[in-house]
Amino acid sequence: MLTGEKDCIIEDGEVYELVYEKPLTTLTGTRMHYCPGCGHSTAHKVLAEVIEELGIQEQTIGVAPVGCSVFAYDYLNIDMQEAAHGRATAVATGIKRVLPDKYVFTYQGDGDLAAIGTAETIHSINRGENIMIIFINNAVYGMTSGQMAPTTLVGMKSTTSPYGRDADFAGMPIKVSELIAPLKGAFYVTRHSVHTPGNVRKLKKAITNGFKYQQLKKGVTFIEVISNCPSNWKMTPVKSNEFIEKEMLPYYPLGDIKLPSKEDLAGLK
Amino acid sequence: MTEEIIIAGFGGQGVLSMGQTLGYAAMVENKNVTWMPSYGPEMRGGTANCITIVSEETISSPILSRFDTAIILNQPSMEKFESKVKPGGLIVYESTNIIHASERTDIDVCAIPASDAANKLNNIKVANMVMLGAYLAKRSIVKLDSIIEALKKVLPERYHNTLPLNREALEKGKELMESLSVKA
Amino acid sequence: MEELDIRLMKGNEAMAEAAIQAKCDAYFGYPITPQSEVLEYLSREMPGRYGIPLQAESEVASINMVYGAAGAGKRVMTSSSSPGFSLMMEGISYIASAQLPCLLVNVNRGGPGLGTIQPSQGDYFQATKGGGHGDYHLIVLAPNSVQEMADFVFLGFELADKYRNPVCMLSDGAIGQMMERVVFKKREVPAIKKDWATTGKTKDRERNIITSLFIQPEKMEQVNLSLNKKYEEISKNEVRYEEIFTDDAEYLIVAYGLSSRISHKTVILAREKGIKLGLLRPITLYPYPYKRLNELANKLKGILTLELNAGQMIEDVKLSVEGKVPVWHYGRMGGIIPSPEEVLENFEKLAKIK
Ligand SMILES: Cc1ncc(C[n+]2csc(CCOP(=O)(O)OP(=O)(O)O)c2C)c(N)n1
Repeated sequence: MLTGEKDCIIEDGEVYELVYEKPLTTLTGTRMHYCPGCGHSTAHKVLAEVIEELGIQEQTIGVAPVGCSVFAYDYLNIDMQEAAHGRATAVATGIKRVLPDKYVFTYQGDGDLAAIGTAETIHSINRGENIMIIFINNAVYGMTSGQMAPTTLVGMKSTTSPYGRDADFAGMPIKVSELIAPLKGAFYVTRHSVHTPGNVRKLKKAITNGFKYQQLKKGVTFIEVISNCPSNWKMTPVKSNEFIEKEMLPYYPLGDIKLPSKEDLAGLK
Repeated sequence: MTEEIIIAGFGGQGVLSMGQTLGYAAMVENKNVTWMPSYGPEMRGGTANCITIVSEETISSPILSRFDTAIILNQPSMEKFESKVKPGGLIVYESTNIIHASERTDIDVCAIPASDAANKLNNIKVANMVMLGAYLAKRSIVKLDSIIEALKKVLPERYHNTLPLNREALEKGKELMESLSVKA
Repeated sequence: MEELDIRLMKGNEAMAEAAIQAKCDAYFGYPITPQSEVLEYLSREMPGRYGIPLQAESEVASINMVYGAAGAGKRVMTSSSSPGFSLMMEGISYIASAQLPCLLVNVNRGGPGLGTIQPSQGDYFQATKGGGHGDYHLIVLAPNSVQEMADFVFLGFELADKYRNPVCMLSDGAIGQMMERVVFKKREVPAIKKDWATTGKTKDRERNIITSLFIQPEKMEQVNLSLNKKYEEISKNEVRYEEIFTDDAEYLIVAYGLSSRISHKTVILAREKGIKLGLLRPITLYPYPYKRLNELANKLKGILTLELNAGQMIEDVKLSVEGKVPVWHYGRMGGIIPSPEEVLENFEKLAKIK
């Protein structure tokens, strides 16, 4: 049923009820290059929605990684910097230290954040930089076509673990959130996913918190997002979401890993 | 004998593997071969092409701007490459997909409805082999048997049961080309 | 008759296969386009055949793994492409200083920065003039075919062991990605005694130390001098190049790697037009064929360098000819590759032949 003129759009002479609208100001509208069904596009959109709803477009600076999301700056309509592979949190540190009242975030894949960028990840968190890190864990190197990532599950095949990841040879998949949570500089650590609408809503809440907590200047907000890679997992998007549910989540359980206390949050607007 | 070929179409049409198969076949016959793919992150859906050079002599540049033959599988590639064929050269194009063909009169332009033919063989994936068969009917730079030999190398073991189908497709292409020549 | 092992392979795969056949004990690498096939091939093929393929967490780690394993006396290599190779520079300087034999491959892509994944020769200076800090040289080999991508793995290891010096193979995205016929000959890989390696101190020898720290200036200078002596030796013995139609050439193209293949065709096209053009292809970029170029310059009217960069090797060509003939540069960048016709046209313009 149509609820009123305001919520209607007319296209080709037909009247449609508007039930959902893309964030208009914080997405550039450029068509994303992601493969069909890829979680990156969902995560981008949620991020854009949050920035729009919080009204912080003018105060936000993002850092894009090297990985499939290297072109995030083409899609998010905010000021952004593109970092060298793995160095996003160092770049973000540079930005935040000289612009302490801005909202600064990085958006990084698992290879970027947990392989080549491990040192920067650990040390930026250890210093308690007041930034948000969005960590897209798809258990694979997407951009370079499917090599083993530090988060690739044991037994999972990739182009560089063609016989399945062997933990004795390549080590166990790293649980980054659990690894960094004990650091004092980690203020808020939480793990979400994009494989169902309900989980996307929870992710949105977490990203909202991740931005808001920056006002407190109490350290890093770290949001891990379990995502998929249908192309390199060689699955349909639907199958890849089932894979998340059945294989990824038992090893990477969703939920909050470190929450700020009530006192910590006092003074939050 | 040196034959410089560009093969172009959409990713997924088997453009790269057509060139590779031809390359293997040339190798089987002890000829020199260079296969140069366009590569990039746009693996899915984008355009793809490869330059394949077969020669009895040493091959110089793997990258060329003028070709003896263009095997073309989609419209954008027709626009891009038709002018790059040397006078006296050959265009073999997939006429189920391509509406506007080359109107050049100084080259041989052959329409092969390869997708139609492949559909009739119940496997659209062999359209590229129909094209290859058609091309080889015009320029016998390698033998059909060598192509089959090559496919054994290009195809993973588990697909070797499709070899008869591939041969059928190659022969269908040959037939289509020959029927064109008769008409002309 | 011995049956030849002939295959159709990508340059990257041929390099990887050669590494196994050359008894490379360990490969350390990190994925990067356009050379990820190397690690992928070795991850698939090394287990059960020969050697250890380890995916490192970064190129910084890769090169330091190479340092460790080479210092332990093993035959080791890494490969990467431009941004990754830049990250290795500190480690490479240490390896040169500690005089560790190893093979380092750069499949050059377009830069600077993250750049493009398409082929380029923009890393010529980096490979031949240092790249890392301090006075050092790599032996630099420039393959121009898939066959040479394989052959130079053998040659590279051989030279590395002979001089206790890191060898760089400077290739590019096109040579890495293209497929050609490649022949693998049966070769014996001689065992090399490395009595300087850290394999565990036995009673019959002094302990072995692998280091690049020489904190006293007098000691450091001695090391510099002995390195320099080695580089002179290398320059004397190891210059390699190929000449095509240079006998009667009035003009010359100097080009390496992919550019030399394009130039070869340009030369053929020029000859068809009656222009006496020849080609000199440096195979070793360090040491460089200065002497030969200087000789050739005596009878030439001009030299063109074709490079997929803004003009880097041209400096070495100018050094070679000592002003005897004009030297021009033609190049494309950003991953754009000029056609043989385009090169000819620009050569004719520069040489004012038209
Ligand atoms: C120094 C350096 N090394 C390697 C690369 C190649 N590279 C680009 S993206 C990438 C990994 C991407 O994987 P991930 O971070 O998991 O992100 P995804 O693409 O899966 O989103 C690599 C290795 C590079 N660009 N720079």
